[in-house]
Amino acid sequence: MMKRFLMVLALLIPATVLAAGYSGPLDKANIDQSDKASLQRGAQIYMNYCLGCHSMEYQRYQRTFEDLGIPVDLGEEFLQFTGDGPGSHKFSAIDRDSAPEWFGLAPPDLTMVARVRGADWLYTFFRSFYVDDSRPFGVNNEVFDNVGMPWVLEEMQGVPSKTYERRMVDGEMREVYVGIKSDGTGRLSEEEFDQAMLDLTNFLVYTGEPMILERQRLGMFVIGFLLVLLVLSILLKKEYWRDVK
Amino acid sequence: MSLMNWIDKRIPFSNTMKLHVTEYPAPKNFNFWYLMGSLAIVVLVNQIVTGIWLTMSYNPSAEGAFASVEYIMRDVEYGWLLRYMHSTGASAFFVVVYLHMFRGLMYGSYQKPRELLWIFGMLIFLVLMAEAFMGYLLPWGQMSYWGAQVIISLFGAIPIIGDDLTTWIRGDYVISGATLNRFFALHVIALPLVLVILVFLHLIALHEVGSNNPDGIDIKKPKGSVPEEEQAKFKFHERYTNKYDIVDAIPFHPYYTVKDIVGLVVFLILCSLVIFYAPTMGGFFLEPPNFQAADPMVTPEHIAPVWYFTPFYAILRAVPDKLTGVILMFGAIVMLALIPWLDRAKARSVRYRSTLHKVNLTQFAISFVILGYLGAMPATDLYTFIARVCTILYFGFFIALFFYSKNEKIKPLPERLTK
Repeated sequence: MMKRFLMVLALLIPATVLAAGYSGPLDKANIDQSDKASLQRGAQIYMNYCLGCHSMEYQRYQRTFEDLGIPVDLGEEFLQFTGDGPGSHKFSAIDRDSAPEWFGLAPPDLTMVARVRGADWLYTFFRSFYVDDSRPFGVNNEVFDNVGMPWVLEEMQGVPSKTYERRMVDGEMREVYVGIKSDGTGRLSEEEFDQAMLDLTNFLVYTGEPMILERQRLGMFVIGFLLVLLVLSILLKKEYWRDVK
Repeated sequence: MSLMNWIDKRIPFSNTMKLHVTEYPAPKNFNFWYLMGSLAIVVLVNQIVTGIWLTMSYNPSAEGAFASVEYIMRDVEYGWLLRYMHSTGASAFFVVVYLHMFRGLMYGSYQKPRELLWIFGMLIFLVLMAEAFMGYLLPWGQMSYWGAQVIISLFGAIPIIGDDLTTWIRGDYVISGATLNRFFALHVIALPLVLVILVFLHLIALHEVGSNNPDGIDIKKPKGSVPEEEQAKFKFHERYTNKYDIVDAIPFHPYYTVKDIVGLVVFLILCSLVIFYAPTMGGFFLEPPNFQAADPMVTPEHIAPVWYFTPFYAILRAVPDKLTGVILMFGAIVMLALIPWLDRAKARSVRYRSTLHKVNLTQFAISFVILGYLGAMPATDLYTFIARVCTILYFGFFIALFFYSKNEKIKPLPERLTK
């Protein structure tokens, strides 16, 4: 009986995820929402490099500080660059009327970007900028073609370029694209940069759904309670149905 | 009890409880499929209760709707839980309603004398779809906006009045705050009220004709036709026993209430798994683009309705001509409503019907699920071809049924319920 029900459910829910845009492979973002240090580092990157243009207008500073285990006074001192107080939402300092003129489009709010794009997309996106002189800001992105922003983390990563190798393909020597490599002028090594982007992704997943840990914790209690109730309700049903032949 | 007496002298409380709950004769062989009706009522209550609390913090304006949903998710105590219960409840509603409808198809629950009961059910289904559609606009995300745009534009296919009609529905030349406001009013007041009244009528009609069962055999026999010792041993309300001899029945309460509670708890566990561990259900219950505020200037790459509309959406897309597509889409529901008169077989339950009918019903269910899948996917040549085949099979089910059911060779029907 139960099996049949689950089968029907499985038929109703195809395993495919609705994706859009870039259809190439994405790197897996092994994020951990319970890793507070990683979330704090991600928040630090966001506040310093992203918030200048990208608001997070649905998320409050104080909520972020509390959830990430950052004392409010330290948060205000090191992560909040406005004087609005910790209860305020995170708005960017960019001039909203001029931004479309500068970039062609106002930089979008990123509170829930991870829910729209997915963690893997973000993690891959951050590591897919490359030099492209045909673009207004001199960079393009493998995952987001003709991206309208400058590469603001160049200082961390160095200058990333598409690299090619000469390889034998079908019996001919050809230039084959082998990925994006930094020129090594950045502050971070390749591994450190990947970790930083993982932290940033982790933070964006958090802001997309700040109750994610609370949700999973509460679920265990609810389902635990229901399992006890299930046993009792089965016993009750059996007791009554002894009369029915 | 004196309080009970006091109440009963003023309103028929005890008698109503006996008539519809404690002394209502229900066939004793209900199976898994018979859970869906009571589950649907539980989901309806869940939608109303969580909906009331959501409206307390929701702001039905184009400027404030999206932000107020995120306010509920972040700043309202347990607001995220209310919202996920409501969004998961919407999908759960359609899961149980589709299974409930399929149960009716399997066991011939629409056949005489349950035609009106079935029609009330179909009306509930229609109102439920309108309710879900309008509710989906309220978060004011990209998919809310563009999904509504696509669906409302369908009415534009109607000749002569089409364009004026779409403007009338939207209250504007495009979907705007005016549309949002009226959808909010309809979603929280008008349609739930109609829904509750229809559910009430559905239940009254059910209790008038009595529940069908997996055998499709009547449990009410003509008065005096069944010897005393073969009648059901339970006390039933005289409304039923005065007219009939009742066999193979048990009172709804306590027997089916305790049984339904077991099913309910299993159902709640499944819902909890979604609410707490997969609230978007991989993009099928809450679509990813809907976490982006509605932007009338940017069309999403791929507009797909929520999963419970996709079978009908696939039928719409399968037809090259827009008006014909719209007619077929609504026709798909009209055919279901007409089935009490299309099916002329002498047996109700699939258990006693021909192999041809079993094959036909199975292909119908499979076609419906495939259409549901295709409606969620971008239309490619191959998918459009499959959708056309499945659309023909969907309608073919009803047409074939009409012709073969009249002289269908059925298995001998038992006098009484089998195990």
